[in-house]
Amino acid sequence: MKAQAAIAGDDPFNAFITRCEGKPAGTGRLAGMMVAVKDNISTCGIPTSCGSKILEGYTPPYNAHVVDLILSEGAVIAGKTNMDEFGMGSSTENSAFGPTKNPADPSRVPGGSSGGSAAAVAAGMVPMALGSDTGGSIRCPAAFCGIVGLKPSYGRVSRYGLVAYANSLEQIGPLAKTVSDVSLLMEVISRYDPRDSTMHDRLFTPRLTGEVKGLRIGVPAEFFGAGVDPAVAGSVREAIGVMEEMGACVVPCSMPSMAYALAAYYVTCTSEASSNLARFDGVRYGASDDIRKPWHDAFREVRAKGFGEEVRRRILLGTFALSAGYYGKYYAKAQAARRNVSGDFARIFRDVDVIAGPTMPTVAFRIGEKTDPLSMYLSDILTVPANLAGIPALSVPCGKVGGLPVGLQIMGKPFEDEQVLDVAYAYEQGVRD
Amino acid sequence: MVSPDDVEKIANLADIRLSRERLGEFTREFNAILDYFNILDTVREEARERRGEFNIMREDEITASLPQGEVLALPRDAEDGFIRAPRVME
Amino acid sequence: MTVIIGLEIHCQLTTKTKLFCGCSTDYRNDPPNTHTCPICLGLPGSLPSLNRRAVEYALRVAKALNCTVLEEAEFARKNYFYPDLPKGFQITMYDRPLAVDGYLEIEADDGTEKRIRITRVHMEEDPGRLVHVGSGDRPRYSLVDYNRSGIPLIEIVTDPDLRSPKEARRFINTMRTTLEYLGVFDGDREGGLRVDANISMEGGSRVEVKNISSYKGVEKALMFEITRQRNVIRRGLSVERETRHFLEARGVTTSARSKEEEHDYRYFPEPDLRPLRVREWCEAIVLPELPAARRVRFAEAFGVSPSHARTLCGELKLADFFEEVAVCGDPILAATWVADTLLGEIYYRDLEIARVPAGHLVELLELLSKKEITDKGGVEVLRTILDQSARGEVAETPAAIVARLNLGKAATDAFGPVIREVVESCPAAVQDFRNGKPEALNYLVGQAMKRTRGRADPKELARMIREAIGEKGVTG
Repeated sequence: MKAQAAIAGDDPFNAFITRCEGKPAGTGRLAGMMVAVKDNISTCGIPTSCGSKILEGYTPPYNAHVVDLILSEGAVIAGKTNMDEFGMGSSTENSAFGPTKNPADPSRVPGGSSGGSAAAVAAGMVPMALGSDTGGSIRCPAAFCGIVGLKPSYGRVSRYGLVAYANSLEQIGPLAKTVSDVSLLMEVISRYDPRDSTMHDRLFTPRLTGEVKGLRIGVPAEFFGAGVDPAVAGSVREAIGVMEEMGACVVPCSMPSMAYALAAYYVTCTSEASSNLARFDGVRYGASDDIRKPWHDAFREVRAKGFGEEVRRRILLGTFALSAGYYGKYYAKAQAARRNVSGDFARIFRDVDVIAGPTMPTVAFRIGEKTDPLSMYLSDILTVPANLAGIPALSVPCGKVGGLPVGLQIMGKPFEDEQVLDVAYAYEQGVRD
Repeated sequence: MVSPDDVEKIANLADIRLSRERLGEFTREFNAILDYFNILDTVREEARERRGEFNIMREDEITASLPQGEVLALPRDAEDGFIRAPRVME
Repeated sequence: MTVIIGLEIHCQLTTKTKLFCGCSTDYRNDPPNTHTCPICLGLPGSLPSLNRRAVEYALRVAKALNCTVLEEAEFARKNYFYPDLPKGFQITMYDRPLAVDGYLEIEADDGTEKRIRITRVHMEEDPGRLVHVGSGDRPRYSLVDYNRSGIPLIEIVTDPDLRSPKEARRFINTMRTTLEYLGVFDGDREGGLRVDANISMEGGSRVEVKNISSYKGVEKALMFEITRQRNVIRRGLSVERETRHFLEARGVTTSARSKEEEHDYRYFPEPDLRPLRVREWCEAIVLPELPAARRVRFAEAFGVSPSHARTLCGELKLADFFEEVAVCGDPILAATWVADTLLGEIYYRDLEIARVPAGHLVELLELLSKKEITDKGGVEVLRTILDQSARGEVAETPAAIVARLNLGKAATDAFGPVIREVVESCPAAVQDFRNGKPEALNYLVGQAMKRTRGRADPKELARMIREAIGEKGVTG
């Protein structure tokens, strides 16, 4: 793939780390469309930093599968978007390149970790963007910025070329202003890739009927629990009410495993991350240290200088969770917890078609407001269950609270991404009228 | 509960340096999170169902390797086709 | 004092491509970093993809070693940091290896057959190769070549059933031969087999010796360790449980304690790969003929002696070569010549058996069998062929060499008159010989050599002279 030259330009929200000028590439389903790509997705010839200093100077010699796919359909890469370092964060404040601002209110965070991609779409800089979602990193910024974002079923989109943070949880997914654009981009990026052994070969056949008559919507009590802002909850209940008016029926339900879902998520993702980030030693690429030092000293120095504090924290948490004597208490238990979460979803899905609730417990908070790491983690409570179970989940805008966007989250059965999109489409069309 | 010394030991294992000034506060934040993780102790192991796919493999067919030039363009230091790394004690 | 030894053997499998990517495994003659890709370089975003043939080969080994294949095998990450390990972890197998509880039969020290139990067999990837710049004591920096990174390895772990360094060496030789017969390993590839040994003297702590890369090295390293440990015990101290490195050049093991504090590898299942359920696949595998079976067949079909059979079957390529030349019509003669003579001659020349022209051997054996040349002549023909092959030339046929060097029976027959002449012209020497002076024979042989201009075999001349003297009967 030819390298696309980086250009400067107007980027008031700091959505981009690298901007590109590409020639309109030609024909295809995305002909001439500018697509922003999150900076943890490998792009041949275009610097890829994952929002981190440790990858300074790294330009991948290959494209991620999804990048090859969008280019083959005539898309143009608009640039690489800002993100929380290595995907670790829910606000895009953990970037070595400064925070991204929410176009809805620049004093507030756009959400994370795909904040740059969401902001670029929300600000109208690009019609579509690619992000990645490990514990909510597409849905959270989609909700905070007032756009649509889909986390596909695990194994529906190739991870080849996605810089790994938590392999068993994450997926690349589309962001756009409308459900039909998200569906279009999903169709392109979901093509099978044998290089990803965790990917299933399931053809994506878009189905936007807008029809929800007879649809059974599960609403778990835990999704409207104590930590959720009442105004946000109200907005979301209203949105569900719209679908009821369109013929859907609401089925109250319960997910007891929600009590430990967040803990299971953070144990899993930090453990996997502690291993995935071990490769950044500055030897083969990226920022390096004085070659005259002995190995361990140099390695430590590279990591101390190159990784931000949140990354270091998560590596230490993961190292601890996997260390001798603790594997059974943490990682093994977390996987058991995951199976329980999947079990809860399976049980509920026997009775309903989709599950709905708020995407985030609050609207976008102010930049610099959340300083305590644990309180930041807690904001993921509503998004992580879908990652733990590998089910498809989408956020679609459903009104505002205090002028700030609220997201309605719709989750579906494994590999029923088409249905999740259809329900969102119905809602989107429903409120339009 | 882990002490600042424990945190330093973990940092050694992970080859991550933590500044001494931050160690105290870092340990507190660390403990708060570990405390939160304790909820996992209440998880009861359900019977492990063997789900998912198996035997995902590819054929033993040669595909093109990267040209040496492209490989050596990535690191800071290359020498005679090798990549330079800090010394290890042997 | 009883010595207890266990081995961990790592072998490179002879697949075309690496374990998790499509890079070619034929890297040995190529410049560094020319057989790499995003996967084996561990570039961010790369994902491993399992080589089916590597699994097939590993299952062959498991089956040949009589192992039980686990219902589900799983790859795992072994996490540690080193410049030759691009991902900062090695993909290996831990809790759920491929197969367990097998055995390999070897010849024990007392000549009987002994079963060495195999604890487990699993698959893993090779790291890259480090070269140190600067002297041994003061290294300045390292150079890394990732061509080897990702090469498929099979790891075979034995129970501590071995009782001597010789037994250990015999085990490795038998294992090596078995792996070659299975078609999964090539002993000619340098560095293709590496061994770690665990050794304790009865009741004492276990010492691990790493980094042994040759078969002879195993015996040397273990012998050194036994001596070292005996000395420690003799001084009234106890042997420390530790890891040591074998330095081949000096034949010693040194403590690696400073580098190897108990590693916490933080193993967990590899999330990028799916588990293996391969019991049925293994059951369906039909193994090629293994060394023991081939030895039996050589004895039954060719009448080869047990000792020769053991030698010939000791290397796959040698056994194949023997079968090629056994068509000469006299397999026992062929066995003798290949096992006793040819083998020594090719080792001496550091020549691979594959470069010896089998057809020429067949011809040579036919000449010998028909007694058209003497044994000595045969050796000369063989050496000529091997020297030419070693130089990369197309070797002359035995017939051509015999003609050129005048080794044929006809030529030796021509010496008859010369012998008669010598005997007649040196009666004094002949008489001395009859009176029991052996040096007189040497004189006569020397005379004959002069007359034949050194073209004759002195032993042959001696024989002919003795015959001639005998014919004449006792004189005087």
